[in-house]
Amino acid sequence: MEHHLILRVVTKLLVGTIILFAFYVQFHGDFSPGGGFQAGVIMAVAFILYGLVFGLDAVQQVFPPWIVHKLVALGVLVYAGTGIWNMVLGYEFLHYGSLNPHHMSHGQHTGIIWVEAGVGITVTGVMIAIFYAFAGRAPRLGDDDW
Amino acid sequence: MTLLIDILSWACIIGGSFFMVVSAIGIVRFPDFWSRLHAASVGDSGGMILLIAGMCLQSGLTLITVKLIAIGIFLFITGPTATHAVANAALVTGWRPKTGKGLIAEENIPYGDAKPTRQGR
Repeated sequence: MEHHLILRVVTKLLVGTIILFAFYVQFHGDFSPGGGFQAGVIMAVAFILYGLVFGLDAVQQVFPPWIVHKLVALGVLVYAGTGIWNMVLGYEFLHYGSLNPHHMSHGQHTGIIWVEAGVGITVTGVMIAIFYAFAGRAPRLGDDDW
Repeated sequence: MTLLIDILSWACIIGGSFFMVVSAIGIVRFPDFWSRLHAASVGDSGGMILLIAGMCLQSGLTLITVKLIAIGIFLFITGPTATHAVANAALVTGWRPKTGKGLIAEENIPYGDAKPTRQGR
């Protein structure tokens, strides 16, 4: 019998649901409260919960640190890339309407989704990187003490 | 019918608020960690169920009710789990419940005092 049996079972139930909820908050951000930052934090919480219960090695097999560090930069790249692409199309930085010049409001929807995706990716990466940095230190209470 | 639903929902909401207040008083007044944890956990779970039932009755058959029920299910799973984790961590690091004069401490409980922990305490 595992010592953390209850935590393990509940975590297995919850991790998928938390990720699903993160995507809900992410893509529902322009209709209701929510958006990239909240979705990123919720997404990171799923991995942090998994790491807390199953151990740092297990979560780093799913989400290796080098991917996390790339994600932090990728999100900023997506955000700034959207703005630069608007400039390439001949408008101001982050003028989303330029993505669909005939229907500016449709272009704004598209642009907001891209920008929120960038924010979400960066926040997920930063939160998980902070968790890895803290959890990577040697624990005072080893696994054998439980 | 509307009056009946209103009365029921307000009874639920007031009952749930009462549970919450009682659990808050318990957190402040109870003597040791374990009984305080008990007050927080049980009072919160019971009050949460009653409050969400009352709010479901208020909102009727809408999407809000579905969301409320989902919130209730998740809180019902995660609350006791969090309490279990906290209590378990306290027991493993060496805390023991206060015992009264006539009470005899339980012998041979797992992770008992016999096993030293690195943390001490």
